[in-house]
Amino acid sequence: MTNSVEELEDAACILIIGSNTTVAHPIIATRIFRAREKGAKIIVVDPRKTHIASYADLYLAEKSGTDVAVINGLLHIIIKEGWYDKEFVEKRTEGFAVLKTFIEEYTPARVSEITGIPEVQLRQAAEMFAKAKQSSIVYCMGITQHTVGVDNVLSLANLSMATGHIGKWASGVNPLRGQNNVQGSTDMAAIPNVLPGYQSLADDAVIAKFETAWGVTLPRKPGLTIMEMMDAIGTGGIRALYVMGENPMVSDPDIQHVKKALESLELLIVQDIFPTETVALAHVVLPGVTFAEKDGTFVSTDRRVQRIRKAIEPIGEARPDWQIICDVAHAMGAPDFDYASPSEVFDEIASLVPLFAGISYDRIAENGIQWPCRTKEAPSTVFMHKDTFSKGLGTFKPVAYKAPAELPDEEYPFILITGRDAFHYHTGSMTRRSKSLTGQINRCYVQIHPADAKKLRIKAGQLTRLRSRRGAIEVEARITPIVQSGSVFVPFHFAETAANVLTNPALDPVVKIPEFKICAVKLEKVA
Amino acid sequence: MIDYRTVYTICPFCGTGCGILLEVMNGRLEGVLPCKTNPVNQGKLCIKGWSAHEFVHSPDRLKKPLVRKDGRLEEVEWDEALSFIASRLKAITQAYGPDSFGAFSSAKCTTEENYLLQKFTRAVIGTNNIDHCARL
Repeated sequence: MTNSVEELEDAACILIIGSNTTVAHPIIATRIFRAREKGAKIIVVDPRKTHIASYADLYLAEKSGTDVAVINGLLHIIIKEGWYDKEFVEKRTEGFAVLKTFIEEYTPARVSEITGIPEVQLRQAAEMFAKAKQSSIVYCMGITQHTVGVDNVLSLANLSMATGHIGKWASGVNPLRGQNNVQGSTDMAAIPNVLPGYQSLADDAVIAKFETAWGVTLPRKPGLTIMEMMDAIGTGGIRALYVMGENPMVSDPDIQHVKKALESLELLIVQDIFPTETVALAHVVLPGVTFAEKDGTFVSTDRRVQRIRKAIEPIGEARPDWQIICDVAHAMGAPDFDYASPSEVFDEIASLVPLFAGISYDRIAENGIQWPCRTKEAPSTVFMHKDTFSKGLGTFKPVAYKAPAELPDEEYPFILITGRDAFHYHTGSMTRRSKSLTGQINRCYVQIHPADAKKLRIKAGQLTRLRSRRGAIEVEARITPIVQSGSVFVPFHFAETAANVLTNPALDPVVKIPEFKICAVKLEKVA
Repeated sequence: MIDYRTVYTICPFCGTGCGILLEVMNGRLEGVLPCKTNPVNQGKLCIKGWSAHEFVHSPDRLKKPLVRKDGRLEEVEWDEALSFIASRLKAITQAYGPDSFGAFSSAKCTTEENYLLQKFTRAVIGTNNIDHCARL
């Protein structure tokens, strides 16, 4: 998030796009409701009429995968009507003229045809967002999990810069992170193309700094993403895999392909707290601990570094995950990796990562510190891009609407959207071992529009088979107008009827995120 | 003697970062209380947060290292598991180079643990093949 969670309630307009906020981030949704009570206008753009959409001042029911067209359409109207922020565009950005020309062809009529949103609603949304004193964008995986995920994010950046709604209190672009420490994992470069703190593998000074600190020569060639590693396994590129606290046998697209790949590894090391579907395929399993049995930090969605504190001793012979990695390193004969506690690891991070340089366990204390925090005296950065963007001027990058990778056809006539249920978390390995949560729901379902259910003679509660080009699952039908006719929705938490048996491993070409939000399926009543 | 304590920590589920107080009774987690002074959640929790202690003491927890022997995963001591890993990893990376190794790190683990696993991957093995499920 460029802003902080608490700022949301001061926004005058909040555009929620591709976020089922009350289900996936309920506490953030309460801030949005508070903003609405204080008079904020809420706009929701989503192919499903989610719970929060029913509280919106304006709900735009887009066709799946047409976000770029929607945003370009809003920009077209905003620029034509002169509602853009001329001063911000002039002082803080570059490339506006190119955007202006590019956006010409996204007329309300054409955008309405692509997206299914009436022209009048596009005009209302454009005016609401552009003219409000402080507007914020809130988005989630409904924006990113597409073959055009990067294009979607770029178009949101264009919208926020053109309207000057960034770099101010309660005004910015705010992705909501789905997992407790996605932000921290990414900050620490558990990604293949940068070093910790987003420092470049191509920068000689950066490489020299890390080589001196770690006493090694570092590889300069960027590595592979998860999806690329999966493909490289089958072809003999990757032969040994170390999986820590991940369950690709439920979380990754096209699970049958994942299973074949993992089974062909020469060495699969899995470190986890439960015997997951991925553990079942391992050659060696290392028992880690839960958040309650160790010290450390999580970085939340608004860049807030917070402390987790050990409350109980590790269960059985399980060891804290930080200690296990050091144990493996020592077994490999690595000379470094001697840490008495996670706070020593954190101090090493602070010494190498400028964004974290001013943070320590002492400073985090009760309320956390938000990065960037470059010196011991620097305060938390509550919102980013105040006077300048990290690269100086913000560059408009016009993007064209592109269709999703796999659209419905005669054989597979429905769009499948996957996502979360309110009571479970990711692959369910933790929440499905919680009585309170399984008491709410413990099996998978498919949401079907009443008109489609009627046509296919599927009744509520009936077992329904969903089939895609990659596999099939049988789940219970829920008849609901939340989904559009022609679309169905399945949550992905349930390993025994995993939605990811169906999903398409087509990737965004830049960041290699799979298109979980759209693939083609057919529905059959199970006799 | 009854040992009852509350420990201030952060919810392990979504990325919001709500502050919670774990209720600990004689070394076992008994409950969760929302933290009112945490600036993010200000005393509120969702149902997942209220239940965050429940999975920790599940009887399914992995309690010992396992190594596959004759097709079955069998319990072993830590030393055996670690030396098994070291010898296999060395053999594979020596024969096929560092890029034959890959690591999936975890968005559920701590910042420090993610730092250490990428350091292991880059500094000990010598490859940039590391990623986590941010995209999934």
